[in-house]
Amino acid sequence: MGEWMTVTDPHLSSESKNICQYTSETKMSPSSLYSQQVLCSSIPLSKNVHSFFSAFCTEENIEQSISYLDQELTTFGFPSLYEESKGKDTKRELNIVAVLNCMNELLVLQRKNLLAQENVETQNLKLGSDMDHLQNCYAKLKEQLETSRREMIGLQERDRQLQCKNRNLHQLLKNEKDEVQKLQNIIASRATQYNHDMKRKEREYNKLKERLHQLVMNKKDKKIAMEVLNYVGRADGKRGSWRTGKTEARNEDEMYKILLNDYEYRQKQILMENAELKKVLQQMKKEMISLLSPQKQKPRERADDSTGTVISDAEEDAGELSRESMWDLSCETVREQLTNSIRKQWRILKSHVEKLDNQVSKVHLEGFNDEDVISRQDHEQETEKLELEIQQCKEMIKTQQQLLQQLATACDDDTTSLLRDCYLLEEKERLKEEWSLFKEQKKNFEKERRSFTEAAIRLGLERKAFEEERASWLKQQFLNMTTFDHQNSENMKLFSAFSGSSDRDSLTVHSRPRQKKPHGVSNGSLVCASKLTKSLPASPSTSDFCQTRSCASEHSSISVLNITPEETKPNQVGGEGTSQKWSMASGPASQEGCYSGCSLTHTNSHVEKDDLP
Amino acid sequence: MNFSEVFKLSSLLCKFSPDGKYLASCAQYRLVVRDANTLQVLQLYTCLDQIQHAEWSADSRFILCAMYRRGLVQVWSLEQPEWHCRIDEGSAGLVASCWSPDGRHILNTTEFHLRITVWSLCTKSVSYIKYPKACQQGISFTRDGRYLALAERRDCKDHVSIFVCSDWQLLRHFDTETQDLAGIEWAPNGCVLAVWDTCLEYKVLLYSLDGRLLSAYCAYEWSLGVKSVAWSPSSQFLAVGSYDGKVRILNHVTWKMITEFGHPATVTNPRIVVYKEAEKNPQLALGRLAFPPPRAAACTASSTESKYEIASVPVSLQTLKPIADRANPKVGIGALAFSPDNYFLATRNDSVPNAVWIWDIQKLKLFVVLEQLSPVRSFQWDPQQPRLAICTGGNKVYLWSPAGCVSVQVPGEGDFQVLSLCWHFSGDSLALLSKDHFCLCFLETEERAGTAFGRPGDHT
Repeated sequence: MGEWMTVTDPHLSSESKNICQYTSETKMSPSSLYSQQVLCSSIPLSKNVHSFFSAFCTEENIEQSISYLDQELTTFGFPSLYEESKGKDTKRELNIVAVLNCMNELLVLQRKNLLAQENVETQNLKLGSDMDHLQNCYAKLKEQLETSRREMIGLQERDRQLQCKNRNLHQLLKNEKDEVQKLQNIIASRATQYNHDMKRKEREYNKLKERLHQLVMNKKDKKIAMEVLNYVGRADGKRGSWRTGKTEARNEDEMYKILLNDYEYRQKQILMENAELKKVLQQMKKEMISLLSPQKQKPRERADDSTGTVISDAEEDAGELSRESMWDLSCETVREQLTNSIRKQWRILKSHVEKLDNQVSKVHLEGFNDEDVISRQDHEQETEKLELEIQQCKEMIKTQQQLLQQLATACDDDTTSLLRDCYLLEEKERLKEEWSLFKEQKKNFEKERRSFTEAAIRLGLERKAFEEERASWLKQQFLNMTTFDHQNSENMKLFSAFSGSSDRDSLTVHSRPRQKKPHGVSNGSLVCASKLTKSLPASPSTSDFCQTRSCASEHSSISVLNITPEETKPNQVGGEGTSQKWSMASGPASQEGCYSGCSLTHTNSHVEKDDLP
Repeated sequence: MNFSEVFKLSSLLCKFSPDGKYLASCAQYRLVVRDANTLQVLQLYTCLDQIQHAEWSADSRFILCAMYRRGLVQVWSLEQPEWHCRIDEGSAGLVASCWSPDGRHILNTTEFHLRITVWSLCTKSVSYIKYPKACQQGISFTRDGRYLALAERRDCKDHVSIFVCSDWQLLRHFDTETQDLAGIEWAPNGCVLAVWDTCLEYKVLLYSLDGRLLSAYCAYEWSLGVKSVAWSPSSQFLAVGSYDGKVRILNHVTWKMITEFGHPATVTNPRIVVYKEAEKNPQLALGRLAFPPPRAAACTASSTESKYEIASVPVSLQTLKPIADRANPKVGIGALAFSPDNYFLATRNDSVPNAVWIWDIQKLKLFVVLEQLSPVRSFQWDPQQPRLAICTGGNKVYLWSPAGCVSVQVPGEGDFQVLSLCWHFSGDSLALLSKDHFCLCFLETEERAGTAFGRPGDHT
């Protein structure tokens, strides 16, 4: 028996770790049968069996127990423990081999059972944990269910509430609608009432107005009147016309004329606009044709139908171009043609552009993948590079700033002077500009001054000449003084007035009083002068005048100097001539007469000029 | 820019003669006629009472002075100072008086709009027109002076009569499909008459000279409608400003709306220039010396000046909340005017009283917004070029042109509150009217300004 144990023990220990205790114990007391038996009891078998087992076989009842075991075993299907009897009478012998076999088999069975039990136990454990898990899950789900149920209830509640609200709102809306309807009705009724009232009031008002009109207007109100000093002429200078049927017709005519003019003007404008638009369309068409035709050469080779027709269209259009003048004539047909052809061209162009777009997109798609990747990489690289550069630049700037600060702190004076210098430079520039400007202005001023001095010199010269003349004049006068004392003084006055202003009017004004004076000589001169001037326009011999003038140049009358207006020159010359002649005739004595004559010619010339046209 | 001295004035009556030679101004019962350039007094007429209305005849030879309280009109001749004419409307009363375009007839409206009396200065004839309607703008003459359109009310219906001005003969008479006609206005070409309904209903009707209805336009219903109407000088557009704060432009071919100009309180488009008037400290007066002359600047250095700043978008303009329960609410387009060259339209939205919107008519877009410090009183275009003069009731006058804008203070002691202004037809001078004074503002033309002040800045 002990041997078996030793054989089985390691086997068992290797079998499972669950029975580790058992194995350790076997190791501790490997040869003790009792302990082995105890161990057997530790195997999960009933204690009763163990106790039974311990009490089962004693010295006395070996035979019985063997037979019992044999019986039991045979009932379980084991072979009998006894040897097979050779004779009926002989006592059956215990077959050791069979016992051992049985034992072995039992042990194997036992082991199997243990294994099975083990498996069952692990499965049981597994199932237990599964069960736990499932229970947990169940609990959770239950909880969830509970919460969702609660939620559902809440939602249902809310829904109910909302529905309730909705119903209320519907009700309110309905009420409002009713209200609106009611108000609208009220408004409508009020409006009608108001209109009615208004009309009534207006009628009353009109009646009152009428009455007032009668009262105010029919009273023959003397106050209603117009006081005019005298009636003025009409603005157009015409006299007022009677109102007749004719005038009415004329008014109508005029009105329609105005309207017609307006419409004509507008039509012209619209025509012009149309013509311009047509021109634009035509140009567009031409350009489209020219743009599209080179591409069509290729498709034509492929004998494409649609393009073929288009080309024929294009040719047709080219033919049309020569008939441009036709457009203005028959609008509708031409318009249709034009628009149709344009539309066609446009369609072609559009399809062409679309085709091109497709091509482009295709090309793009083809080259998209690798290119894009590369470009992206490039891009990233580039950005990195740029960022780096930026960083560097920033650092540089920082260092520069630091340096600058250091510099500023170190040599403040230098920098300020530097800065000032640069400001000064700016200022200098500005000053330069201003300087040049000033120079220009100065130049201008100098120019002006020069011209002024020249003018002054000229003036001086003229004055000198004038003085000379005056001196000669005075001399003459002095000579005359003895005979015409009184007149001379007058003359002097006149003279001064004369020299003072070159105005013709002043001349005439001054000389007029002299005419009025009853003075024989002057009167004679007057007649003479007037005669002369009257004959003057008729006599064309200017050479005579020239001669006389050259004769008179010594005496050179002042009037020549003073009277500048060109238009009076011929008369002036004439006047001068008369005075000269006169003076030659009556001696150098009376200059005054000369004046009057001269002035007279002026006045006469005026009169003549007025009459001439 | 130079300013004349200040002259006395009453009831804002100061008018340039149509030929631009004279300037008539009224001070109480005196009418003073000055030379428009030298401002020398040429004539002085004394009327019988305080003058309430004065008007030049179209040929600048006569001036009409109306004294509504007395029912009197006095006419003065500029050429013959001794000539006089007095029209007494007697107990019928007088509420309006105006010249006919020929300058030889005077149209007097009696009280309660009983009738219009047409007095002739040439003959003894007097014509009467009955049933004139009492409305905002009931009389309109064509630009060429041939026709008169008159709004009438007969049997509770609106009518329009067209008269020939030469002999006051009725040419056309037709009823209009309006509830309560508010105004009529001829197109400048004299062929189309715009008729608009009262503010309770949006309705604009267009009639031909021969009385045909060309078109009717209604933008919306059930709300306050048309507030102001203006024809473009080319007769091509009709701008209709309404109480919804929009201007609608109708074209002259189909009479349909071309575009709609809303007047939002915030300007977000960065292409729109927003000029904002800002007070300027006298110390910092170096900012803008370019346009206002140095003389004026020196004169007014003591008082607060203002200048324009270009505000960066988005700009929100000051809006006024209208009082809903009062009559004549301050909403809608209260004023609009086309520039003489048709290129611009200036508008004022009454709910944004400080701003003037200037629209580019070629592009049909908002061009410029000017925001003033105080509500805009009135604005008027220079008759010769796109230049807008604005006054706000302060002592400044504002000028805008596409080149920019400028604010100029009226010099002189005391506060000169510019309530109104009117241009000389040459665009060289501008009369600024305050409650009881007026002065002239002479604007230099470009070349003259260049020679007058040789600024060193010009050469750089």
